[in-house]
Amino acid sequence: MEMDGEELTAQETALYDRQIRVWGADAQRRLSKSHILVSGLSGTSVEFCKNIVLAGVGSLTLMDDRSVTEDALQANFLIPPLESEYGGRSLAELCCESLKDFNPMVRVSVVKGDLAQFDGEFFDKFDAVVVSGCTYNTKKAVNEKCRKRSKRVAFYAVECRGSCGEIFVDLQNHSYVQKKSNAAAECILNYPSLEEAIMMPWKGLPRKVTKLYFALRVIEKFELFKERNPGELSVSDLSDVLKLSKELCEAQSLSESHIPVALLERLLAAGSREYPPVCAILGGILGQEVIKALSGKGDPLKNFFYFDTADGKGVIEDISNQSANSADGKAVRVDVANISEC
Amino acid sequence: MASEPQLEIIKGAKVLMVGAGGIGCELLKTLALSGFQDIHIIDMDTIEVSNLNRQFLFRQCHVGQSKAKVARDAVLRFRPQINITPYHANVKDPEFNVDFFKQFNVVLNGLDNLDARRHVNRLCLAAEVPLVESGTTGFLGQVTVHAKGKTECYECQPKPIPKSYPICTITSTPSKFVHCIVWAKDLLFAKLFGDKNQENDLNVHSGDADNSSKQMEDVFIRSLDENLEEYGRKIYDHVFGYNIEIALTNEETWRNRKRPTPIYIRDVLPENLPGQNGNLENCTNEGSPVSAMSSLGFKNSQDVWSLAESSKIFLEALRLFFEKRDKDIGNLTFDKDDQLAVEFVTAAANIRASSFGIPMHSLFEAKGIAGNIVHAVATTNAIIAGLIVIEAIKVLKDDCKNYRMTYCLEHPTRKMLLMPVVPFEANKSCYVCSETPLLLEINTHSSKLRDFIEKIVKSKLGMNCPLIMLGSTLIYEVGDDLEEDVAASYNRNLDKVLAELPAPIISGTIVTIEDLQQEFSCNISIKHREDFDEENEPDGMVLSGWTSAPTEKDDRIKSNGESSSAAIRKLDNADEVEITAGGEPIESGGLKRKHSEISERPDKEASVAHHPGSSSANQGMPQDIGDNEEDDLVLLDDSPEIGKKKRLK
Repeated sequence: MEMDGEELTAQETALYDRQIRVWGADAQRRLSKSHILVSGLSGTSVEFCKNIVLAGVGSLTLMDDRSVTEDALQANFLIPPLESEYGGRSLAELCCESLKDFNPMVRVSVVKGDLAQFDGEFFDKFDAVVVSGCTYNTKKAVNEKCRKRSKRVAFYAVECRGSCGEIFVDLQNHSYVQKKSNAAAECILNYPSLEEAIMMPWKGLPRKVTKLYFALRVIEKFELFKERNPGELSVSDLSDVLKLSKELCEAQSLSESHIPVALLERLLAAGSREYPPVCAILGGILGQEVIKALSGKGDPLKNFFYFDTADGKGVIEDISNQSANSADGKAVRVDVANISEC
Repeated sequence: MASEPQLEIIKGAKVLMVGAGGIGCELLKTLALSGFQDIHIIDMDTIEVSNLNRQFLFRQCHVGQSKAKVARDAVLRFRPQINITPYHANVKDPEFNVDFFKQFNVVLNGLDNLDARRHVNRLCLAAEVPLVESGTTGFLGQVTVHAKGKTECYECQPKPIPKSYPICTITSTPSKFVHCIVWAKDLLFAKLFGDKNQENDLNVHSGDADNSSKQMEDVFIRSLDENLEEYGRKIYDHVFGYNIEIALTNEETWRNRKRPTPIYIRDVLPENLPGQNGNLENCTNEGSPVSAMSSLGFKNSQDVWSLAESSKIFLEALRLFFEKRDKDIGNLTFDKDDQLAVEFVTAAANIRASSFGIPMHSLFEAKGIAGNIVHAVATTNAIIAGLIVIEAIKVLKDDCKNYRMTYCLEHPTRKMLLMPVVPFEANKSCYVCSETPLLLEINTHSSKLRDFIEKIVKSKLGMNCPLIMLGSTLIYEVGDDLEEDVAASYNRNLDKVLAELPAPIISGTIVTIEDLQQEFSCNISIKHREDFDEENEPDGMVLSGWTSAPTEKDDRIKSNGESSSAAIRKLDNADEVEITAGGEPIESGGLKRKHSEISERPDKEASVAHHPGSSSANQGMPQDIGDNEEDDLVLLDDSPEIGKKKRLK
């Protein structure tokens, strides 16, 4: 019996039967009380929205005032491709309408406006904020606002660039119960902010950090200098990007071999296009991570995830400073009997 | 990224999807977004409520409709210009023959059972169409490419056998809750509501088996005017009281075991409550399924009932079956979507568990065990679907050196959540994709052709419409178009022992078996053997040669290198790795499951093996979770032989 007396209804139990068997009724209850903000409706974030609505969160708020373009339709399965159907409405409104259908138990709504303009208080309404397709400066600013709230607001940034993708996770201080064979331990993970992570000297990073991490930082810097929107790039930018790459490597004392030209070229060629299989993969991983964070169940990833179709690997990178690291995983032994579900 | 030439290849491709469930919905969406324009999709299932949490192309209003058709309509809403051809049919139907398969450039499986997977594998081999196979369970998943002549086929490694339990564990000495579930479902439920002609081992094995089974028949027969409450109490006392008393008389059994306690209804529920039942009739809403829980006012399926509560539900469910479902009685089989059946089985299993000192479980848990329900979430299916499309495009580009077998893990291994590994090369002694004959040891003087067909040809070799030949003589064939006299002679052959067939099957002969639909044939060398060990060889025949042949071990060690063994160790320690359905061990990537863990997981297919010792024989073997309603489970192999697999160079 639940202490708070809020049990899942028979309808919820029937609908969520298969997933309750994965994460348990407690986690399902916590999910159903969680509120999520998604800003920037890309093919990837739309995949995420689908997953989280199906999972049965309490509410999902969408933010994207852009109108439909061919580019926006390319990897988005929520929008019918006929202008007669989508004309005159924003991406957020159109996606909202489709997503509502996916699960009548989830409140899906739209907030208009520019993410960067909202003050910190606005974010108090949410347990997790997911941004996609905005500039590094906006990401950084929103991340900082989330970190300053009195309650924990988890922050995620997700981007698909062609056949490559990146997820950033900031759970601030996240404690969860880690299960190991017959024992359970309470773990605390300390996450750096986006800015802290990105400012980490390349030289000090673990030796085998994926090349994608460095390549995406170069692209990001390039967009920042040229005041471009994410993905507003083409192969014609290659020489400038290579120059920047070289400078960064020199400044950071990193061998240029860590940022292959072919990889940069691939990212430039992709521009803002998303490759639908990668959207599905990123949206799936991000969905799982948000579910873990909101339910307090399962080991969350810290703090970057990468996928590249070229090698097919889905890799986690921990880009945080070592001192914070050593505080991680401080485990407290918990009585197994207290843990009822796996 | 889809380059222009790649996009042309995708646009020109014709793909077949088998399964429109959890993986299927995600896959169809991702294929459509990726530019595929000619997609055929087969699924025999209709939509159920428990699908809606992840099969996002379906809505409440679609419940009961064809998955393949609804999925097509949903995807056409955002990609109206593409062609999707749905088939609401079984992939094993004869219309889906080798010629049908030949029209496709690649086949993508999103299936839920071993049988269908094997069937599609054979058709793909025969049609020489590459197959991308997939499966998920909870947060785990896998994608594999099977291309004839390039990688191993789906059957190059023997598949896990369904978990079964020795009959005596079920009837007399349960030690786990799953044993009680199997007893309640396969014995008691079947006895009360199933086919009366079915063999049933409900009786407790005591000194005089004849006696007890005769008496049992009397108990279970309900005379027409017998009061249902009385009848229920009589059944209750018989199975939970009397049968336990009988079992207790066998001292030998309990020497090293905890003795069970007989339970009688008068001790649990002292009074008859006929009035209560009368009132409760009104509580059952019109149109909602008949339920003992709702008629007794139980709401939360996650609660564990007390013995008294279980007993009430037991009696009420029994009463409701006879009162509201009397038409079904006699031909019911347990169905996890039948609420009343789940309630009855949960209650009965809990009462039995209580008798044997085994912890009781909630209806939710019991349903999962009894129905062999696979854990499923949308996210894993989405990820796996993305990986399938990536592999499918490699297949279309004939980029075989880049084919990968990819595992989706719950916990990272060497930083990876998605771990690609090089596919294995074909097993040279695979009876499906190589021509290596199998060896069958059998008593040719006592085994009948029928036994051979049931136990070997159908159950072991997975054939659908077998044709059996000795040299050029036809011994047996299945088909609608057979001449009457031919069919009659085949039927006569069924009951003949092998050595007495018109063309005798004796030691040293080689039998050819073909499946015309699968266009698959194999040879079996027969070796006569007199005696079989009842414990370890319960079929009375032993088929060998289809386990993986020892191939170059040294190669494997070289190709794996250090890193993989480190990774394997790491995973071996990671006990929390929750592989429920069985993941394929990963060479060179390094995921190897501990057999013991898996075979001890209770929520596995639970069925009675009508032979003692089968459980011990299966110890250490991963369990099959096939033949499940779910569309998206991993059905992967993991055999002790796996270390001998050879990876593609």
